[in-house]
Amino acid sequence: MSIDAAAATTLPAEARAGTALRSVTRRIDWRPWTAFAALLALWFAAHHFGWVPAKYLPSPLAVVQRLIREVTAGTLLDDLHETLRRNLSGLVIGVAAGLALGALLGASSLVGRIVGPTVLAQRQTALFAWVPLLAMWFGGGDTGKITFIAVAAFQPVVIGTWRGISLVPATYRELSHVLLLSRWNYMRLVALPHALPMIFTGLHGALIYAWLATVGSELFLNISPGLGGRLNEGSQLFEIDLLFLVILLFGLIGLGFNTLAERAEGLLIRWNNR
Amino acid sequence: MNAPFHSPSPQAPATAVPALDIRHVSKAFVVDGKAVEVLADISLSVEAGSFVSIVGASGCGKSTLLRLILGLDLDYAGEIHLDGRPVEGPGPERSIVFQEHRLLPWLTVEGNVGAALLHSGLDAAARRRSVAEHLELVGLEAFAKAYPAQLSGGMAQRVAIARALANRPRFLLLDEPLGALDALTRLRLQGELKRIVAYEGATAVLVTHDVDEAVFLGHRIVVLHPRPGRIAAVLEVPEEARADRSSPAFVALRDRVLELLGVSLGEGRAR
Repeated sequence: MSIDAAAATTLPAEARAGTALRSVTRRIDWRPWTAFAALLALWFAAHHFGWVPAKYLPSPLAVVQRLIREVTAGTLLDDLHETLRRNLSGLVIGVAAGLALGALLGASSLVGRIVGPTVLAQRQTALFAWVPLLAMWFGGGDTGKITFIAVAAFQPVVIGTWRGISLVPATYRELSHVLLLSRWNYMRLVALPHALPMIFTGLHGALIYAWLATVGSELFLNISPGLGGRLNEGSQLFEIDLLFLVILLFGLIGLGFNTLAERAEGLLIRWNNR
Repeated sequence: MNAPFHSPSPQAPATAVPALDIRHVSKAFVVDGKAVEVLADISLSVEAGSFVSIVGASGCGKSTLLRLILGLDLDYAGEIHLDGRPVEGPGPERSIVFQEHRLLPWLTVEGNVGAALLHSGLDAAARRRSVAEHLELVGLEAFAKAYPAQLSGGMAQRVAIARALANRPRFLLLDEPLGALDALTRLRLQGELKRIVAYEGATAVLVTHDVDEAVFLGHRIVVLHPRPGRIAAVLEVPEEARADRSSPAFVALRDRVLELLGVSLGEGRAR
């Protein structure tokens, strides 16, 4: 590396720019993008050579045009706003409930023994099995949707919090006895900090499940403003460009959530390893 | 000095009643459905302010005995009294230093020491003062804001000692507190421990398998034999032995303890 650096200082300007460019390209990992680029190329080719009828596969350009049209008309942003509002409302409710019940389960072995198996059984039911029931209880409107999203977010958080708090090593529990820590101080100083990485894994899961549930609730429950509603619209009116656009958006937002969670998790781990 | 049979009070423990009184304690664990005896008929009294070293091979129940004194385990035969009262659970007058420092990694040094004072009834200012004082006592006042992962093994163990002393316990239990440290750090901390315990005036019970440490720190040495743990001998440590590691009294006592532990000294001398 030091040899590189020494060489760079003696090289002419354009060569130096070349090495700078190369070092930038070296820093960006190109590998994940190759599959993406290949897929895009395949899409272009399939459209261009007519492998798939245009009725079923829009051209990439048509999707971009649709995006511009939707954005300038303001419709897409409204839908995005509705979807995110629903998603975040459900997420907040589900996470809060999951944290509270998880803490209770972890703090009291009696509650853990009585309620725990039911929580574990609930985890085994496939998420979407809840849709018909919640629709009957809360209706197919916003309440039903947000409840479903909350149920989805609740599951990983309650498990992570419960495990994190109940799995405090015996050595720390012994120490807490010797130090005569009250239950509150034990939770605050020992159990919660110990559980933090596991709680965070639960939050990460909640973010992903809540997003899945948001898409699902908008598709399977009443049609209302939101990206899922546009997806239904696209399939019923056979607007293939709209379908593609919305699916891409769902993917991108999901990817954004996941990246956000991973970044935050990385920060937490660094804090934990101080 | 005090009249015999004087009823003890926590402020001025009467010397006639031993501060720590262990009477015919036996303890068994159930392993694979069978009872395995770990301690057999242990009787020992310790006067206030004295330092007792318990030595024995691993598996002789040394650490178990400390757990019983701490009140972490009440399932045993016999009686343990502190100032004439039976042990019914952990209490603020007892504290322990474990072999591993057992500091909470997410709390700073002062946070860890301060955790021992949450139950003390002291206000926040008094707690802060006690934390600072005890960190100074172990020479780590400059590291109050550091996290355990930033400390060496010896420093972390000094913090654990400060934590154990912060609440001014009258009984300090030491479970091989220097066992995980390198030889040089151990020697240095032995000297510090002796000074600190004398300064605090605590009654100390040290469990160790390091015979030199037992002789250097203890006023008395209790030698345990293993499986089940039972007292083989109780030896007084002469003042000159405690004062000087190379004194003939020290060497003689150490050899006597090693002999009681069944270590053949012939091989060592031949080398």
